[in-house]
Amino acid sequence: MTTERLIPNSSQTVGPYFRIGLDYLIDRTSTDDATTLGTIAIRGRVLDRDGVAVPDAMLEFWSVPHNFRRAATDLDGNFCVMMGRPVAVRMEDGRTQSPHLLVLVFARGLLRHLISRVYFESEPGNESDPVLLGVPADRRRTLMARRDGDNSFRWDVTLQGPDETVFFAW
Amino acid sequence: MTDLVAVEVALPGTQPEYHYSPYVSSVARSPRMPLILLPQTPTERSGPVFGHELIRKGDNDLTAQHSGEPIGERIFVHGRVLNEDGQPVRGALVEVWQANAAGRYLHKVDSHDAPLDPNFSGAGRTLTDQNGHYWFKTIKPGPYPWGNHYNAWRPAHIHFSLFGAGILSRLVTQMYFPGDPLQPLDPIFNSITDEAARRGLVSKLDMNRAEPDYALAYEWDIVLRGRTETPFEERPR
Repeated sequence: MTTERLIPNSSQTVGPYFRIGLDYLIDRTSTDDATTLGTIAIRGRVLDRDGVAVPDAMLEFWSVPHNFRRAATDLDGNFCVMMGRPVAVRMEDGRTQSPHLLVLVFARGLLRHLISRVYFESEPGNESDPVLLGVPADRRRTLMARRDGDNSFRWDVTLQGPDETVFFAW
Repeated sequence: MTDLVAVEVALPGTQPEYHYSPYVSSVARSPRMPLILLPQTPTERSGPVFGHELIRKGDNDLTAQHSGEPIGERIFVHGRVLNEDGQPVRGALVEVWQANAAGRYLHKVDSHDAPLDPNFSGAGRTLTDQNGHYWFKTIKPGPYPWGNHYNAWRPAHIHFSLFGAGILSRLVTQMYFPGDPLQPLDPIFNSITDEAARRGLVSKLDMNRAEPDYALAYEWDIVLRGRTETPFEERPR
């Protein structure tokens, strides 16, 4: 049986009012005490070309095997999310990816969501991570969450400009 | 990266460009540096699974969330969620939000001078069934003005958010209504340059599912990225 391959539906912006329908799943765990074993807090800010805070962005974080969180920025562009500490991921060819999260960024002004990744500074596996090695060396720092506490990290998203975060094609 | 298979990129015109200057908000928020090819790894091939614990009874009936009935044209919106091979996506989480019949969102940022409806919140969610089918009852949303350009009005639309099999099938989009004369004027709708893909955002009037003397129905099928394949399995480390 041959069937014609269907073309996936087009994306449209999440717009400024997504909280009406998507708020119920936004993480409200306090990130002040990310001390639970295996849990980390990631705080950051979403900025546009002019360094202006993006107060209406939604971010979704994913890692294997079952680690998903949805966050949204506040009026100052800040978000925080608390989730399971990601682990190294073995690939089919036997190589290992350093611990990382896949991140989806949605906002008014983004007609299609952006895809990025978060890695964690000073993880030894970063040096040999096959995805990081595919990113120009001078831009890899935009994917690095900086440690600012025992289980707490900082990772900002810059949508455009010299410090533009690395985004992936899809 | 040549030794890894990259994530397939969309066919030209079927997805919007990030920078589309007629949509003014895209100008300062769109990346300009080259996008990096993303290899398909277990991270990209897997994704969250949502269960019935997220859904309360009545979450797919936006007309029954308050003590009274909302004002406006009552409608059914239904369709199937399919993958690229035309196979149903079962258990897909479908989230919707929309303006009320007067074109006003229940959101503090919405300053449009149109009345809120105390009987309409404008949010719903559901999971697709074994055939990939979803179903909502709601009120037809009104068009509304926005600040993109002089006398700009959004065509009537319902926002849709979907999770399919794997994080790469994630889709946030908008469903439009047939015959809306505002569509050719709308930069968000027209950011899709492929005409067939643009048509794919417009629902069809479905008299077979309309209920006589009660409500019209609109049908909208949604195709998510992804082929029919062996589900992701975590390998031993």
